[in-house]
Amino acid sequence: MSVPPLLSLSIAELGRKLEAREVSSEEVTRASLARVEATDGRLGAFLQVTPERALADARASDARRASGEARSPLDGVPLALKDILLTEGVETTAASLILGGFVPPYDAAVVERLRGAGAVLVGKLNMDEFAMGSSNENSAYRPCRNPYDLSRTPGGSSGGSAAAVASRQVFGALGTDTGGSIRQPAGFCGVVGVKPTYGRVSRYGVIAFASSLDQVGPLARTVPDAALLLRAIAGHDPRDMTSSARPVPDYLQGLEGGARGLTIGVPREWLALGADAGVLASVREALATYERLGARLVDVDLPHAKYGIAAYYLVAPAEASSNLARYDGVRFGLRVEGKGLRDMYGGTRDRGFGPEPKRRIMLGTYALSAGYYDAYYLRAQKVRTLVRGDFDRAFERCDLVAGPVSPTVAFALGEKVADPLQMYLADVYTIGVNLAALPGLSVPAGLDRASRLPVGLQLVGRPFDEATLLRAARALEREIGPLPPPEALA
Amino acid sequence: MALSVEEVRRIAALARLQLEPGEEARLAGELSAILDYVRQLEELDVSGVEPMTHALAAESTPLRPDEVQASLPPEKALANAPSREGTCFKVPRIIE
Repeated sequence: MSVPPLLSLSIAELGRKLEAREVSSEEVTRASLARVEATDGRLGAFLQVTPERALADARASDARRASGEARSPLDGVPLALKDILLTEGVETTAASLILGGFVPPYDAAVVERLRGAGAVLVGKLNMDEFAMGSSNENSAYRPCRNPYDLSRTPGGSSGGSAAAVASRQVFGALGTDTGGSIRQPAGFCGVVGVKPTYGRVSRYGVIAFASSLDQVGPLARTVPDAALLLRAIAGHDPRDMTSSARPVPDYLQGLEGGARGLTIGVPREWLALGADAGVLASVREALATYERLGARLVDVDLPHAKYGIAAYYLVAPAEASSNLARYDGVRFGLRVEGKGLRDMYGGTRDRGFGPEPKRRIMLGTYALSAGYYDAYYLRAQKVRTLVRGDFDRAFERCDLVAGPVSPTVAFALGEKVADPLQMYLADVYTIGVNLAALPGLSVPAGLDRASRLPVGLQLVGRPFDEATLLRAARALEREIGPLPPPEALA
Repeated sequence: MALSVEEVRRIAALARLQLEPGEEARLAGELSAILDYVRQLEELDVSGVEPMTHALAAESTPLRPDEVQASLPPEKALANAPSREGTCFKVPRIIE
């Protein structure tokens, strides 16, 4: 099935056609559902598709457009959600067996906001179980594949989100990012992904993994589309105690401001962290493009960057072991009956959790257990302060930091599953940004010369300065043009 | 550092995970490798460094007013219960 041209439009272009009544939301929603139907058996981006709801929402959107009451540029646009975001009345599993059959009693704040903006939600997207993974292979339900090469992973943990957007099943998606889970799959699938500043987007109704690191953010095919989605979901929410009250700027204003006058910091240490030659070549080309566009490149130092993964694999599992204690067979999800309460807990959690959540629960429980807290968790939290300090000093000399998203292009399914530590190292460039609570963005930097697979450029900004990241990403996007669409599902 | 199967059993009990015997041995190996890796943090001198206990230390995250608000109605809260009785979640007997 070739991709209908309608589905290759950007959200901005589709919005104009919807506004001009050249196309209806029902028409584009049907096209989106048909594309999912035709391709998802091979791709595996969705865990659940909700066609009846989507079509009802599309017809309601068309009625609003007809009476001139469109709620936003997203009104009538088909989008989809990572299955870690609660959706009232629609099963939400975080790709775990322990939440099989769980039907949330309320919507996540970001889902409320998208619905409020009139968006049409097509279904729930595949992911690594509880967002723990970098390849989507930890999904308890089905693998997801990379639309540029079906033998490779889409990245993770928001692999379904990136694959669905890249393959033109939907126009945009939401994911979550705890150590790179939006930026890395966006890079692997050639789309734009934004990890906002910690506190920028409400986590109310987001299934918790590591609470001091988790953020929700958009994935889209263009930078203006990502800006539109971020504008729709950002802002204060009194139901999330870590939600910032800072006003949200209009990310579309100034988006076309170009790269002239920007100072871009290039961390010396990042180049030494073992990225493939092809990835480094694409990153260097992108940096040269910025220089040509009038940006200034400066060397910066992030001396603690190499300790990021070690600190993360203490902090995140410790918090996960605490957050995942709630899955105990009592209030929701799976219950495996046993002899008494203790047996019921143990059996439920053994059967319900897959290998990666178990590994992290064990690691986190160990790191927090009596006698080890100071040596592990507390030390890791001090290293976080050092990682943040590196960035603070860098931002005294530059407006943003640029480098690779991942050390490699998309790797093959099965390549790293046998060695958890190798999988963890795939996040070496993204993890520090979560530890430091900063905004980060992945934008396509072109195709790798040898493999013809997408390479992502990562941009990191000052706290709450998503606007500068988006403006810089847009400048590159305008220069290099859109990536060739993936052909594996054409 | 090598984590023994006995230690894995002790941690699994704390985490309320009932592991199979094969899983225990595999986890002992995997967790040992990860703990060896994180050991590199010991190279760093962190004396005098404050831990990052709040990711938004300098940021305003206002408290909401302490007012009574509507919460989830019992029927909705109980809708996903694996076992219930009346308006309660039902659990196995804990006192013999």
